[in-house]
Amino acid sequence: MSTQSKGTLLDVDDLRVTFPTRTGLIEAVRGVSFSLGRERLGIVGESGSGKSQTGRAIMGLTPPQARISANKLAFDGIDLLAASPRERRALRGKRIAMILQDPKYSLDPVMSIGRQIVETLRTHEKVGKAEARDRALAMLEAVQIRDPARVFDLHPHEVSGGMGQRAMIAMMLIAGPEMMIADEPTSALDVTVQLDVLGILDRLVSERGMGLIFISHDLRLVSSFCDRVIVMYAGKVVEQLKASELGRAQHPYTRGLLNCMPRIGFERHPLPVLDRKPEWAA
Amino acid sequence: MTAAIAIDGLEVIFDRFRALKGVSLEVRSGESFGLVGESGSGKSTLLRAIAGLAPVASGSITVNGKKLGPRRDKAFYREVQMVFQDPYGSLHPRQTVDRLLQEPLAIHGFADGEKRIQRALDEVGLGSGFRFRYSHQLSGGQRQRVAIARALILEPSILLLDEPTSALDASVQAEVLNLLEEVRRRRKLTFLMVSHDLAIVTHMCERLMVMQGGEAVENLTAAQLVAHRVTEDYTRNLLRASEGFVRTA
Repeated sequence: MSTQSKGTLLDVDDLRVTFPTRTGLIEAVRGVSFSLGRERLGIVGESGSGKSQTGRAIMGLTPPQARISANKLAFDGIDLLAASPRERRALRGKRIAMILQDPKYSLDPVMSIGRQIVETLRTHEKVGKAEARDRALAMLEAVQIRDPARVFDLHPHEVSGGMGQRAMIAMMLIAGPEMMIADEPTSALDVTVQLDVLGILDRLVSERGMGLIFISHDLRLVSSFCDRVIVMYAGKVVEQLKASELGRAQHPYTRGLLNCMPRIGFERHPLPVLDRKPEWAA
Repeated sequence: MTAAIAIDGLEVIFDRFRALKGVSLEVRSGESFGLVGESGSGKSTLLRAIAGLAPVASGSITVNGKKLGPRRDKAFYREVQMVFQDPYGSLHPRQTVDRLLQEPLAIHGFADGEKRIQRALDEVGLGSGFRFRYSHQLSGGQRQRVAIARALILEPSILLLDEPTSALDASVQAEVLNLLEEVRRRRKLTFLMVSHDLAIVTHMCERLMVMQGGEAVENLTAAQLVAHRVTEDYTRNLLRASEGFVRTA
């Protein structure tokens, strides 16, 4: 466990991710800085804001052609940019986990759910087959799957989206990570299922004292779930604030994002639209 | 006044799966009506059945006083057009915007194509600068505007909207919703709109039907929903879910 700065799990300073393209360099992330303790941090932005690339850079999943630079990108004191691929691989799945948007695409379609969970566990820990199976079943139960033994043997196409997403959470949590990056974990789910999955995630994160980075385009959802919110626009952080103080957001982009969504009981015709200013991206 | 769309006891069966279990519905002319439900509720199937894209097993669909048979003729598509959810999937990737908009005109034998294309593009807020672009050169919001232009170019009286903004960013969604409201007002269109988002439906529609598992759960006016005057538990759950995450401590 971290012994230096109290409770800081992740330190990001001036992170940049650049993609070479035919027409020149595209800077997807342009100098993002933040730190994460054992808390729930939301990163919000629209498509192309660089929120997912920020998460992927921390996880070490940036495509090989892209260039990453940062003054500091450290997880629990480990310099992630200096770490070897082998060291990164040992971190991924073990100490840092990631949940992706759509279980349809991010689970292996030709492997049963149980085997995928067992595979994660046995990659990172020396455990016997029987014990691995027991722990996988216990984990499936922890994500509130009612009949774990049955689901264990099912393939991803045989389960619903909500069930698939719970299975993914189980797979990510089985090795006991200290930090979790969830990239739009509930966007592919129905609203009522969304709340169940968030409830499970919330409970497990607080029980295990994990740090959570919750990436989403949905500012309202994030602010109802997280402790702190970072708002990104065009690869930069335009505003950082406590989720409870979202109503007092200063930046016109944050306020515009909040305003432009229809809300039940607040009739506005036409809806206010974002008037994007070039200086926001400057 | 006759109903724009009247549906009575509609059953849709895929192989042995009953996707719609005897749904009835009436949409008045000039009205904006919403269908709300989660995946698998049959809301999109209902829309597709009207457009002739789903196998109707029994029941009747009447559009503008005319009962529909198993096949839709050209005259039907002059009256009823549809906008789909995914603007990336619903535009031909190798056709320019101009070509895309010409297609319906050619099918229906319109002579003044030039003028109509220009007017349609203006109407959805895309200048003529977009006319000879391919869909991959457009953003999601621009593509959805093209899809709306394509639906409007035949001057239909009814628009079927299947989650028209769910693939778009919130700020772009606001723009597209505003555009839809504006064209509806200007052209006195009837909307039948499907969405999983209660807030969008109450914003856009005067009345709505909540669906679950291929059946109608509840018929409501937008005002009743806003006032939380709902009678079914399922609707209440949806309402609660739309208010965001609440921590149970």
